[in-house]
Amino acid sequence: MHMKAGLLLTGALYALAAGGAFAEDSSDPIIIPIHNWSSQIVMSNVVGQMFESMGNSVEYVSTDSQAVYEAVRLGDATLELEVWEGAFGASFMAAVEKGGIHDVTTHDAITREDWWYPMWTKEACPGLPDWQALNDCAAKFATPETGDKGRFLGGPVDWLKHDQEKVDALGMNFVVVNAGSAAALWAEIAAAEKDKTPIVLFNWTPNFAEAVWPGEFVEFPAWEAGCDKDPAVGLHPDKTYDCGNPANGYLKIAAWDGMKDKWPAAYATLQKVNFTNAQIAEMAKLVDVDGMEPEDAATAWLEANEAVWKPWTE
Amino acid sequence: MMGVRVAAGGMRPDRVTVARGLLAVALALVVLKGVLPDWVMRLPEGMVLPFADWINAGFAFLRDDLGLMAFTRAFADVVEFLLDVTANLLYGKSRWPDLGPIPWVVIAGTMAVIGHALGGWRLAALSGGTFVWIAVMGQWKWAMETLSVIVVAAPLSVALGLLAGIAAWRWRGVERVLNPLLNIAQSMPHFAYMIPVVVFIGVGPKAGAIVTIIFSVPPMIRMTMLGLRGVSPEIIESGKMCGTTRWQLMTRVRLPAARTELLIGVNQVIMQSLAMVVLASFIGMPGLGQKLLQLLQALKIGLSVEIGITIVLLAVVLDRLTKAWAHRQPVHHAAGASFALRHRMALVWLGIVVAGVILAQLSPYFVEVERKQALSLAGPVDAVVDVVITGVGPVTDWLRWFLITWVLIPLRDGFLALPVLAVLIFLAGVGWRVGGQRSALVCLAFFLPIALSGWWDRAMITVYMVAVSVALALAVGLPLGLYGAAKPARAGRVLLVCDTLQTFPSFIYLIPVIMLFGVNDVAVVAAVMVFATVPIVRYTIEGLRGVPSEVVEAAEMSGANRRQVMWRVKLPLAVPTLLVGANQSVMFALFMVIIAAFIGTQDLGQEMQRALSTTDVGKGLTLGFAVAFIGLMVDHLLLTWSRERGAALRTGV
Repeated sequence: MHMKAGLLLTGALYALAAGGAFAEDSSDPIIIPIHNWSSQIVMSNVVGQMFESMGNSVEYVSTDSQAVYEAVRLGDATLELEVWEGAFGASFMAAVEKGGIHDVTTHDAITREDWWYPMWTKEACPGLPDWQALNDCAAKFATPETGDKGRFLGGPVDWLKHDQEKVDALGMNFVVVNAGSAAALWAEIAAAEKDKTPIVLFNWTPNFAEAVWPGEFVEFPAWEAGCDKDPAVGLHPDKTYDCGNPANGYLKIAAWDGMKDKWPAAYATLQKVNFTNAQIAEMAKLVDVDGMEPEDAATAWLEANEAVWKPWTE
Repeated sequence: MMGVRVAAGGMRPDRVTVARGLLAVALALVVLKGVLPDWVMRLPEGMVLPFADWINAGFAFLRDDLGLMAFTRAFADVVEFLLDVTANLLYGKSRWPDLGPIPWVVIAGTMAVIGHALGGWRLAALSGGTFVWIAVMGQWKWAMETLSVIVVAAPLSVALGLLAGIAAWRWRGVERVLNPLLNIAQSMPHFAYMIPVVVFIGVGPKAGAIVTIIFSVPPMIRMTMLGLRGVSPEIIESGKMCGTTRWQLMTRVRLPAARTELLIGVNQVIMQSLAMVVLASFIGMPGLGQKLLQLLQALKIGLSVEIGITIVLLAVVLDRLTKAWAHRQPVHHAAGASFALRHRMALVWLGIVVAGVILAQLSPYFVEVERKQALSLAGPVDAVVDVVITGVGPVTDWLRWFLITWVLIPLRDGFLALPVLAVLIFLAGVGWRVGGQRSALVCLAFFLPIALSGWWDRAMITVYMVAVSVALALAVGLPLGLYGAAKPARAGRVLLVCDTLQTFPSFIYLIPVIMLFGVNDVAVVAAVMVFATVPIVRYTIEGLRGVPSEVVEAAEMSGANRRQVMWRVKLPLAVPTLLVGANQSVMFALFMVIIAAFIGTQDLGQEMQRALSTTDVGKGLTLGFAVAFIGLMVDHLLLTWSRERGAALRTGV
């Protein structure tokens, strides 16, 4: 009960402090959606706790990472802190077109999604990360269902990664097998690690997997704008998708259009929020490697990085 | 004994002839498919009907023109208010009435008292112990988030089910509409109706609660109808003679007389709600399910097993409590008993609450055990999983190669190579053999729309995986069932394992299965098989143990040895129950094959997952209906067969 009174008191103090600076922030909770990967959950808690330190109330709701844009658009959720260009760019842009959601700011962090392998794979295929070297040792990646060809383990089909098109365009000796979830990808790496089986699969950065299994992206012919649509662009003059994915995709923050008016102070802070790859990897590591709970990890991160985030709240 | 055998062959000959004819045509189509026109193989583009567009147009009309959205959102707001209250009480969310969180010692003590009141000391230990386990394992907040939703959803579901059940019992018309709806609702994959819920309700705990209500209400409706029908006319008569009004007759006579059925309905509602815990977290239900998915995403198998155990324990406790309540008859105290005697339980409970609140004042440990102070089984569980996976690695590598190369890929290609027309005629033939013309038409009515929907290839892959899994489940489950049925004590143990496997969240199997077999059909079939074996074992045991002992004795007296008793008497008599088990097994397999889309499949489940992430209602429901129709067709065939066999056995014996 003592704790409770203390909380109420600090709450009241915050309210007073906030009341002095910005009179308008609504007392309704800001709804922050969380998904099923740790960096996003920790980042949501970090920003949520920042809002709380400004006197706002915050609630977290778990949602599907694609369906969330519809929820933000309708105001059921207030913001989304990790809009990945590759994975969610399409859903996000579709929601922006329908109206109700907008692009707040872009993180310094860049995202990359492409073919990837854990380090032990290099022993079986020393020419890596070059894609032609990978193609030469395709047989090392063969599985019963792919016959003589190598297996590339792709992400779920709804991530729309065009791996099959890439295989066709570059004439690779690989068959694309799609996993059904990110967890299936990790389970495959974990199984391969036990006897150091070579494996090449879809992966992305920033991501906790980098901390658990060191690895590298396969270097395809560099991405050029239009490579996915214009056959002339890229390695072969008559093929589309004859290149790697962009090596520096965006990571944006999106918010409900009504947020600006309902919580102006929080919105002003949100516009300043900006994380780097290293910071995001650190957040994920606190949970996935150190085994902390996301809320505690967020608190720990905020305590250790006050210099980073304090200026955003002022 | 003779009677049994004669009855087994007693199918009307004309049916057999028609069925043989149809099967021969189907076979001919398969053999000759090289020379037949393309439309025999697959329906031409022009015949594929845009079901998804029609459904989407219907939903757009409901949402925009009829303004159903305002209504559903208003209903959701009511649900949300209730959820806020329970969330405040159970885990201290800052909402009215701002009293919570209730310390875990108080809740655990309360559960123990309820257990004792309903079923004595053993139940008290089980239900109190479960909540102590949850607390000391550091899962209190997650479990309370889950329960805060179930505590709202289950009573609403019971109330809705009761109303709908009474309406269906009272008016034939309502029943006629409701029955097919219930059949479809119970065989539709959960993902399919989660999509409309996201559109009409949004995401979050309220959406989780509403999906849980939709999923858990059908058994309550069925049990209400069953219970009200079963009330004997004498009871109604005596009620009328006492001069009751219609309202009194319902509330004081009919419903109390149907008490046992209604409470079984309540039990089913609670079990179904717990089965939804993990799936509902896809649309925002907080708590154990959400945590489980997060942990699996980071490959923390040990920690997710802990959560799985909690879900099983909660299911067992709530199951036992409601069953004890169903079997308990009202207690009447002798006139003149003192207040303390009449309210002994309430006083004990009050004492426990006071003691709990005092403990909570002394140390926050008794309010909520923090994660840092929690015990954990994760280390040993992870170690065991690791040893098992490394140990069986060489065997599974070979098994995987053998199954993929020699069984699964040929079968899959075979299923996909079947002409549509041949499959339809084949099913009509099977239907005719089992239940005559009517069944043949029922089969066509279920399967033709799948062909017309344009999802034929995907549906055939689903059928192929279910067929392989159920076949393997039969191969494993029947011997296990025979072994289990041999001794009563053993049967109890085997059934306990079945119960556990059935309530253990199926997502947890997926990860070890992928680690063993990789992302391919072997992993999918293995995961589905585990789940599909459970009902086969269960019904084999129940079927064999249900054989009357007089029959067995009579067979033994006429000199049959143990093998003959088993093969000539017990098994034939158990066939109707075994068929019900096979039917359940197919339903479970269909359910699991959709979940197995998370491993990686190319079937209906994969498309359904895609429909959920793009909130495409029309596509999701079309796929959902396709799965439901496969299930309903098998259900119709096996249950008709089971009924006929049952009837033949009764007249034969």
